[in-house]
Amino acid sequence: MLHIYCPHCCEYREEEEFHCKGQAHIARPLDPDNCSEQEWANFIFFRKNTKGQHQELWHHSAGCGKFFNVSRNTITYKIEQSYLLGTAPQPVLDVNKEGKA
Amino acid sequence: MEKYSGLSLVKHSLSHHENWERQWANPTPNKKYDIIIVGAGGHGLATAYYLAKVHGITNVAVLEKNHLAGGNIARNTTIVRSNYLWDESAALYEHSMKLWEGLSQDLNYNVMFSQRGVYHTCHTLGDMRANERLVHANQIQGVDNEMLTAEQLQKEIPTLDCSAGARYPIMGASVQRRAGNARHDAVAWGYARAASALGVHLIQNCEVTGMIIDGSNTIRGVKTKQYGEIRADRVGCVAAGNSGEMARMAGFEMPVESHPLQALVSEPIKPFLDTVVMSNHVHGYMSQSDKGDLVIGAGIDGWVGYGQRGSYPIIEHTIQAIVEMFPCTSRVRMNRQWGGIVDTTPDACPIIGTTPVKNMFMNCGWGTGGFKGTPGSGWAFAETLAQGKPGDLAAPFSMDRFVTGALIDEHGAAGVAH
Repeated sequence: MLHIYCPHCCEYREEEEFHCKGQAHIARPLDPDNCSEQEWANFIFFRKNTKGQHQELWHHSAGCGKFFNVSRNTITYKIEQSYLLGTAPQPVLDVNKEGKA
Repeated sequence: MEKYSGLSLVKHSLSHHENWERQWANPTPNKKYDIIIVGAGGHGLATAYYLAKVHGITNVAVLEKNHLAGGNIARNTTIVRSNYLWDESAALYEHSMKLWEGLSQDLNYNVMFSQRGVYHTCHTLGDMRANERLVHANQIQGVDNEMLTAEQLQKEIPTLDCSAGARYPIMGASVQRRAGNARHDAVAWGYARAASALGVHLIQNCEVTGMIIDGSNTIRGVKTKQYGEIRADRVGCVAAGNSGEMARMAGFEMPVESHPLQALVSEPIKPFLDTVVMSNHVHGYMSQSDKGDLVIGAGIDGWVGYGQRGSYPIIEHTIQAIVEMFPCTSRVRMNRQWGGIVDTTPDACPIIGTTPVKNMFMNCGWGTGGFKGTPGSGWAFAETLAQGKPGDLAAPFSMDRFVTGALIDEHGAAGVAH
C-alpha cells in the first residue's frame, strides 16, 4: 500500500483515497488546430513509461478532490516527494552517488 | 528431436527415465543472425518457431536476459478465449484459438489445452447489453459465443451465487465454450523445444543493453551485456513490460505503459469448478487447476510499475469479488500471490509491426491478455519479420493507428478478462 502525502491536505493518506492519472508535465500543443497529427498523438497517447524516477499526476479523489504531482520510483515504488501543480520537483541528493544522504 | 509418444515413455521406463535428451540446446551466440528476437517468453518463442516452421528462416537467435519463459508466461492465469468485439482483433484471437486447438500435436508437447469454457457474468443492464452486442458480433465473425440467462447459468455452475439476494445480482452471462485454459509453462517449453530442434538459437542470460543503429536510422544488431555486439538484418522486440525500455534504447517513445498485474492461487481443494468464470463488474476471475488450486486474477494497479509486485488494495478487491460470486470459497486460504508487468495500450489492443527505426519491429502492448494470444502473436509477428512488413493479420495493429486515429477499442471485451 502506497502512503501518499497530499500537499493540499498536508497529510499522509492511504493509496485507496487516490487515483493515479499518469505521467505529469505533459505540455498540451500551444496551437492544437495547427499541430501535426504526430504532435497530437504524442500529447494524447505516447508516454515515457519511465523505469526509475517518474513524475506523475495524482487525484485525491476520495479526499479533497484536488490534483497534485508525485515523484515516485517505478522499480522500488518509493515515493520521493509530492508537489503542487505548476511547480517542479525539488532536486534530491542521490544517496548512492554521493555516498551520504 | 526425439518424438514424445507412449512408445518413447515405455522405452525410457526401461532406463528409469534417466536418459531423456535435453529439450533444447544452450548454444553460444554467433556474431551475426538473419533475425534477432529480443525476449524468450511465450510470444518470442512462438515467433521463433513459426519463423522456422512456416517461413523456413532458421538463422535466428532469441535473446533472453534471464532464463527462458520466466516472465509473464510464468505468471499469467492461463485463460484462452477469442470472443473479442472488432473484426481485426477477433480475426487475430480466433486465428490464435485455431492454433491452440492443434498445438499439442503440432509441437509434439502436451500443453494441456482444456476447452472447459469461459463465462462472463453480467451484473447490470449495461453488462447485458455489452455482452449481447459481443455475442452478436462474434456470431457474424464465426466465433462461438452465446448468452445464458441467470437460471441457465445457475444450472451449469451450481456453486456460483446467481440468487437475487446477492449484492450485485447476476442477470445473465455470455459463454464461449471453445475457450478454456492451458498449461502456461508447457506452452513456452513446447515452443522452445520445437524451435531449437529446427535450428533456432535460444540464448539465455543474455541481456540486451543497447541497439546498434547506423546513420540511415537502420538497425544493424544489438549490444548485449554478456556477449558484446550481435549483428542482425532484422530485430524484433517481444519484451512485454520492458518494451518501453527497448524503444528508449532505439530512441523513440511508444503509446505503452507498464503496470503491475497480480494473481493468486489458493491451497488445493477438491474439484468444484470445472470452468472459468470472470466478472468485469465485480472485477475478478477464477478457475480451478488440475491440482485443485483456485487460480484467481485481479486488475492492474493504476500506476506505472516495474517491480513485479502490486499493491494490497487490489488483492483485497479481488478477493471480495471472488467471495461475492462464490460464497463457498470464503474460508479457502491463499497459498501464493505474485505480480507480472504488463504493457498496456490506450485501446487495449497489441502493437505489432514496424517502428521509426528501419528493420526494427515491435510486438508488444498485449496488456492483461497476452497468454491467449501466444500462438497467434507468434504467427503474425513471424510473418512480419519474415516479410519485413506486417501481413493481413498484423496490419491493423500498427503503432501508426495512434496517429491516424484508427484505434481498435477492446476495453469492453478485454475488461478484467485475461
